[in-house]
Amino acid sequence: MNLPGFTGQLNHKNTGMSSGKKLLLMGRSGSGKSSMRSIIFSNYSAFDTRRLGATIDVEHSNLRFLNNMTLNLWDCGGQDVFMDNFLNKTDDSSNDNGSANNIFRKCEVLIHVFDVESKEVAKDINTFKRVLENLSKFSPNVKIFILIHKIDLVQSNKRQELFQLMYNNLKNIAFNEYGFKISGFATSIWDESLYKAWSSIVCSLIPNVAVYEHHLAKLIQIIDAREIILFEKTTFLVISSMNKSKSNSINNDAPLSNSLIQPVDNLDPKRFEKISNIVKTYKQSVNKIRSNFRNLILHGKNSSIYLDILTSNIYIMVIMENKMGKDDNYEIDNENMLTEDIKIARHLFEKIENKTVN
Amino acid sequence: MDKSIISNHNCETDSNATVLLMGLRRSGKSSICKVVFHNTQPLDTLYLESTTKPTTENFKSLIDLAVIELPGQLNLFEPALYDYEKIFASIGALVYVIDSQDEYLSALQNLGVIIKYAVSVNPKIRIEVLIHKIDGLSEDFRLDTQRDIMQRVGDDLLDYGLEGVQISFYLTSIFDHSIYEAFSRIVQKLIYELPALENLLDLLMQYSNFDKVFLFDINSKIYVATDSSPVDIQNYEVCAEFIDVSIDLDGLYETNNEDNRKKPTYSENTYDENRNVPEEVDNSQIYRPTKCISRLENGTMLYLHQMIRGLALVAVSRLENDDEITSISVIDHNVAIFKKSLEKMWEQAKLR
Repeated sequence: MNLPGFTGQLNHKNTGMSSGKKLLLMGRSGSGKSSMRSIIFSNYSAFDTRRLGATIDVEHSNLRFLNNMTLNLWDCGGQDVFMDNFLNKTDDSSNDNGSANNIFRKCEVLIHVFDVESKEVAKDINTFKRVLENLSKFSPNVKIFILIHKIDLVQSNKRQELFQLMYNNLKNIAFNEYGFKISGFATSIWDESLYKAWSSIVCSLIPNVAVYEHHLAKLIQIIDAREIILFEKTTFLVISSMNKSKSNSINNDAPLSNSLIQPVDNLDPKRFEKISNIVKTYKQSVNKIRSNFRNLILHGKNSSIYLDILTSNIYIMVIMENKMGKDDNYEIDNENMLTEDIKIARHLFEKIENKTVN
Repeated sequence: MDKSIISNHNCETDSNATVLLMGLRRSGKSSICKVVFHNTQPLDTLYLESTTKPTTENFKSLIDLAVIELPGQLNLFEPALYDYEKIFASIGALVYVIDSQDEYLSALQNLGVIIKYAVSVNPKIRIEVLIHKIDGLSEDFRLDTQRDIMQRVGDDLLDYGLEGVQISFYLTSIFDHSIYEAFSRIVQKLIYELPALENLLDLLMQYSNFDKVFLFDINSKIYVATDSSPVDIQNYEVCAEFIDVSIDLDGLYETNNEDNRKKPTYSENTYDENRNVPEEVDNSQIYRPTKCISRLENGTMLYLHQMIRGLALVAVSRLENDDEITSISVIDHNVAIFKKSLEKMWEQAKLR
């Protein structure tokens, strides 16, 4: 399998830089950058983030993600002193000693956080512009995500309007002046919106999403499930998902335009993030009895849900339709068959994972 | 004359299951009600207004529980706005809330007066004292406060000549699970069938290899019964969270047909009324009870099985790895038998 993202990673290794994808997390002081990082990658609860202090300069964290991927998260302190330092150092001294600590070099992703309550919007935008300017100079292929954060502080009926306003504004700036296309999310640490944003960010870095999706489409037809979702193990971010209508379109070789396909049964569009949120809370609470979560089988009123380990880095969640009115024996056989199917699928997905390493 | 007898009789029948919540103003009574029975987030209770008239929460579970909350700023012996004698005669338990972060001497004085009155009206009344808002106190100060309060209440009762009155004390806070624990114990005392239930759960535990088993009310996370082994608060918390997980996950994938409209809104008080709809259909075996199993890395298994009347059985079990499928089948079978006996017990209770 020839994967474009993979060769890029090799180059990093050759140049002697730390391998992996470099993510910059920027934004003004107090906008919630470190809180986000702690919730997604360090299992903090939203309540715990009150204890976090200000980030000094840059905090690096290396995160292994899906076995073969390393995320280098650079959490940049947001006080004016630090920001000026980042921005000016790169401008002037990139020729001599600057090249080693130039933080804008070889970036794959910029995540810029905007505090929705900020009083100095003009200054925030100005900083954002300067960051973009540096990036267009040093890493022009960077992917840019903006997060309008702390959206829970806005009245719920005004959130969408406010977000659109800010997002369109920033989008125009980024595209017209620097030629960057950006994606934006409204986020809050108090609900599941944070997971949605980070899930899209991380998915944009996974090289073989299409492979996963292709195999999931096959799997869903074999199992005859309503929906299958893949999660990364430690962060519980959604990697890939597949439901019945989507799998049909893939197998008919129709153009893969997800937005056009309406799911047959209009399920909650936020369900992926909600699942991430629910399961992660559960994982934390299980830690109280000094253990870790392994799997979960739920026979509910509406559907049967199987959540199990697929590979060493992936959890799989299969949602089966409840066969109403069928007798019990059928259901029991069904459960065993499904676990067997997942076992077989496990080998396949392990192979996909390992292939990208070598 | 006839009328009063009838109304008295009515009071008599549900007297077992009414809880009266009292305390000085701002001691946190309404917050407790909101958090326990309405699933309100503890932080949101900051914005509650002060209660001006007695409010009654009806709460259907294994027993039909009613919680009456009295406004705190009322002087009990003002020319009667309310018929205190009737209220006190009809309740099963009096819960008095003391704010432990505030100066509590006046609260204790008030409590003494109330106990004296309550016992004179209804000698069988159970008196429960919540030493509330302990989240703000340090660990060793909590015990000091409890000891101090117990001492003073005891002295007060001696002065009134009421040595024989049994009072239970609980340290509670709405920011952790202690308030649920306290309410669980209070509610349990009001369940007539409790010894039989505990006995059943003990048997179930013995034959199913459970470490701990709770009978939960799904809506409020109060456990109406547990086996006779000591309650580990951490086990309780995990079990309560486990109920949330299974209900939330199931709720995300509701089927899109007509019974959808009757879908119980788990967060609201109307939950129990709606709950009865699928329950009746349950007998015709269209709806199977919700069941959820989760395994943990250290071999522990969490097991949830829906029971009658909005109850769920949640158990913590340690399985041997070699024969998982059979042992789960055995558990399923045992739990089904337990459910049948619960149904029978409920039938009998209605006749009583």
